[in-house]
Amino acid sequence: MDAARVERTIARIAHEIVERNRDLDQLALVGVRTRGVPIARRISEAVAAITGTRIPVGTLDITLYRDDLMRHTVGPQPVVHRTDIPFSIDDRRILLVDDVLYTGRTVRAALDALIDFGRPRSIQLVVLVDRGHRELPIKADYVGKNLPTSPRESVQVRLAETDGQDEVVVQEAHA
Amino acid sequence: MTTQTVTGLKGKHLLGIADLSAEEIGLILETAEAMKEVGARPIKKVPTLRGKTVINLFFEASTRTRTSFEVAEKRLSADTLNIAASTSSVVKGETLVDTALNLEAMAPDMIVMRHASSGACHLLARVCKSRIINAGDGMHEHPTQALLDAFTIREHKGRIGGLKIAIIGDLLHSRVLRSNLLLLGKLGAEVWVAAPPTLMPPDVERFGVHSTTSIDEAVRDADVVMMLRIQLERMQGNFFPSLREYFTVFGMTEERMRRAKPDVIIMHPGPMNRGVEIASEVADGPYSVILNQVANGVAVRMAVLFLLSGASEGDQL
Repeated sequence: MDAARVERTIARIAHEIVERNRDLDQLALVGVRTRGVPIARRISEAVAAITGTRIPVGTLDITLYRDDLMRHTVGPQPVVHRTDIPFSIDDRRILLVDDVLYTGRTVRAALDALIDFGRPRSIQLVVLVDRGHRELPIKADYVGKNLPTSPRESVQVRLAETDGQDEVVVQEAHA
Repeated sequence: MTTQTVTGLKGKHLLGIADLSAEEIGLILETAEAMKEVGARPIKKVPTLRGKTVINLFFEASTRTRTSFEVAEKRLSADTLNIAASTSSVVKGETLVDTALNLEAMAPDMIVMRHASSGACHLLARVCKSRIINAGDGMHEHPTQALLDAFTIREHKGRIGGLKIAIIGDLLHSRVLRSNLLLLGKLGAEVWVAAPPTLMPPDVERFGVHSTTSIDEAVRDADVVMMLRIQLERMQGNFFPSLREYFTVFGMTEERMRRAKPDVIIMHPGPMNRGVEIASEVADGPYSVILNQVANGVAVRMAVLFLLSGASEGDQL
């Protein structure tokens, strides 16, 4: 996917969100660090451009909720960053945003983390890329692109905010 | 704020600031920022250390440090055990190493220890497989106190390098001083220390600090003033004529605080002796961040517990 394609994909997701949700003022976007956050911000801008309603955006760091933290026998702990959700999630309809949906373990951790912040009315999942190979019973509500991959490959989403330019590339993973 | 250039701690224990690089200190402080946010949530708990056991082994009196570690451990979902020397088999004559080896037989993951003897944690680290965190050893180090002090300074001043920091009080008996001098030196602060000659460590200048017997000289244009407690329990002999005279010459008063920068902050690791090293008006004044230090202690200790719970280079797999 090139930059234009990434932009069109995010615009289409924004339209789908507007179509499927009547009360936009009850929505909130929560991006999973790192790349879910700029995607959530862009969706918020795109929705504002269509409807004039700006959906608030929060940032979620799921490191402390990972299920593999204490299982790694080599290597240091991953770096933890701040979670920043500047609104109450109680009774809101949350749109959880991540770049790539793969095993589903990140989403599981994000759901556990979110629920520690309150009791949302609902949580919907938005991903830019679904690459398959789920290990948990998790399904996205909004998918930018279904990308069939082999487990040997790696999918890199790069965004202007974090990587200098927008693109999605599939690479053969280095062992 | 700074960005980390390291992603983990090299050592498997936290025995002292002496063993940490400036980058590792930066990583602990950055991680503590994230941990502080956890403490602001409606549910102040994350599942990170679920199934890990932490023993808090305290051979010396402590309110703040022990409680702070326990809160930090609970917020990370670790199982915690508190052992105070007065209620343990130490009173029956068991040695430190035997106590530690017996506790270790119950397979804890980490041991947080405070002990009256300098180097006690190093001894424990040699004989134990668990991670050891030093919560104060004799007159040697108190690394988590220095880290929470640094976190508090950074929170209020945005940086540590280049600040003028005055540390005043019973310097001779203070493990907080030693850890702070090591840390502030690594992060590039300009440190002044002031005390009566009898309470000035003879080798203090090897830490690269300015030493003086004039509290006013130390405080002049300071960004941060850190007061240290007069540790009567460690004093054998007469170090000054009376507590009243100590307060007259070395106590921090509002009038003396005026010599510092207008936006100065005042810190104290606690417990405070009001009217000895610090006047009540100063301790409770608008520039006091003493209770912020206590609050930040939990976040910093969560960061240390989390970072040490990962694997390290020296591990046997």
